[in-house]
Amino acid sequence: MGIDLLQEIAQTLRTHKTRTALAVLTVAWGVFMLVLLLGAGRGIQNGVELQFKDDAVNSIRIYQGKTTIAHEGLPRGSRIRFDNRDYDIVRLQGTDVDRISARYYPGRDLNASYNGQSASYDIRAVHPDHTYLEKTRITRGRFINQFDLDNRRKVCVIGRRVKEALFGDAQALGEYMLIGEIPHRVVGIFSDDGGQREEETIYLPVTTAQLVYGAAQKINQLLYTVGDASYEQSKQSEEDTRTLLAERHGFSADDKRAVRIYNNLDEYQKITDLFYWIRVFVAVVGAGTVLTGILAVSNIMVISVAERRREIGIRKALGATPASITRLIVTESLILTSVAGYIGLLLSIGLLEVLKRTIAENDYMYQPDVNNMVVISVTLLVIVAGTLAGYLPARKAALINPVEALQTK
Amino acid sequence: MITLRDISKAYAMGENRVQALDSISLTVQRGEFVAVQGSSGSGKSTLLNILGILDSADSGSYTLEDTRMDNLTQRQAARYRNQFIGFVFQTFNLIHHKSAVENVALPLYYQGVPRRRRNAQAMEYLERVGLAERAAHRPSELSGGQSQRVAIARALITQPALILADEPTGALDTQTSEQIMQLFKDVNQEGRTVLMVTHEEEIAQQTQRVIHMRDGVVISDQPTSANTPVKGAGGTEPDR
Repeated sequence: MGIDLLQEIAQTLRTHKTRTALAVLTVAWGVFMLVLLLGAGRGIQNGVELQFKDDAVNSIRIYQGKTTIAHEGLPRGSRIRFDNRDYDIVRLQGTDVDRISARYYPGRDLNASYNGQSASYDIRAVHPDHTYLEKTRITRGRFINQFDLDNRRKVCVIGRRVKEALFGDAQALGEYMLIGEIPHRVVGIFSDDGGQREEETIYLPVTTAQLVYGAAQKINQLLYTVGDASYEQSKQSEEDTRTLLAERHGFSADDKRAVRIYNNLDEYQKITDLFYWIRVFVAVVGAGTVLTGILAVSNIMVISVAERRREIGIRKALGATPASITRLIVTESLILTSVAGYIGLLLSIGLLEVLKRTIAENDYMYQPDVNNMVVISVTLLVIVAGTLAGYLPARKAALINPVEALQTK
Repeated sequence: MITLRDISKAYAMGENRVQALDSISLTVQRGEFVAVQGSSGSGKSTLLNILGILDSADSGSYTLEDTRMDNLTQRQAARYRNQFIGFVFQTFNLIHHKSAVENVALPLYYQGVPRRRRNAQAMEYLERVGLAERAAHRPSELSGGQSQRVAIARALITQPALILADEPTGALDTQTSEQIMQLFKDVNQEGRTVLMVTHEEEIAQQTQRVIHMRDGVVISDQPTSANTPVKGAGGTEPDR
């Protein structure tokens, strides 16, 4: 009986080729657009997330600033300077601090040279945790470690492009290179997703740099991560830090300029919110397109039932029950929408697959894709909507009075 | 086999009420070949629709093959139509996108007979009406006479007790009408009850009994000179 029903439907669909093709086209187009939009939305999100790939998403950066509010004898415009104690204060502020590092810039006028090759690079003196904060990827050797700090060892970790420029194809690891006048041993080479600028960087142990370049206790910047803390917890940690530093340096805790704190989660949260709304928008527009297609099918089924009034009358005279008529029409609608939906799904996923392979890594659109959830949801949507689209016309058909239907010309 | 008791049916035609059937009582025996005659609006079509369970009466009772046919659900009505009744219409009412053999097989589809078997049976019935070689043709490729023969084969395929024909020769020329009438006589010879609505006196006289209707009532009910009824399946009456 099932196969028979399908054959009955196949016969009808063949008889009305244009109508069938149009119905399939509208639904297929709707599904195609929906899936493509969702995939593109994902792609844009992936692209923007690439921008965050450089640094730990949950990181907080603290820069020195100038006071803008006079507070307890400290006049406006006072410059706030960090030193090692600030590092300790922030490190010990609470359980939210996961990884922490200070940054000290020994100076822009320092040249790095090896074997007659010399160039100027961004030199940062840091703590071992810095590797997690900046997401440096060690390709050879190791990063700065606690032993280096404790012993103020003159070692350095260099970026890929520094190695290429100064050492060429020669072995760099274990070699001594000059930073300013002071020889440092290369203990590691790294690459960084943050791009070429990041790979033109040299890292030194913060203690060594403070000693060698005469900075004493001075640091320029603090950065730390808050582990898997929530956005709210991270905002709290930011406030706690400001309060602690305000206490120590005697500025007002309300003075946002005395130390400037950048919470990477702020940006991330903004982008995440944005993408949430983009996804909602895309889903609404896409679902609307699918709905239009479904309405078209429903419309076509209404026309089909009207055109086949006489046929339905004949079928009823020959013994078709109302249920069998309903089944005929609903199944027809379901088959139309399912086949069309499947075509749309295949085409859109095919196109996304092609885009995925051809679009290079960039900040705007990267790896557009849809997950299985989307595929399953779209399939269900099409099946449910197809059944509904057929149901009303089918009920109408089932209730056709055979006497009247047989009189229609 | 058919017993009607006080069947009445009225239609609302705009403001007016039209009494299509006014307390009709009628008995038809198994194996009879009956013509119902009357002018347009006499109620003969309404009578046929009620006999065919396509329509229901406002009052009165209808018994077919010892089964009461009043107050049926649509589903039951569909089942009885399929089992007991074969319809033949003036305009043939074939489904245009189906071939002749598929049209004949359709009633068996609603009995759940598998496609292969019902098409084989349909071929037998097409052969009976002399159209085996036209089996694969669509209705649009058949002449009026051929279409009506396909429709008769379709009416016969479920081996119904009752054949209801509504002006079956109304759209056909005289010669073709003769062939169709011959088919009906053969069907009746096999013991099947045939009830035919017609306005042609010549056609009516080829049956065994003529019922005249006017304004929803029976005004005369007489055997024709042509024949006496064939009782049961064993009848051996020659035609005419």
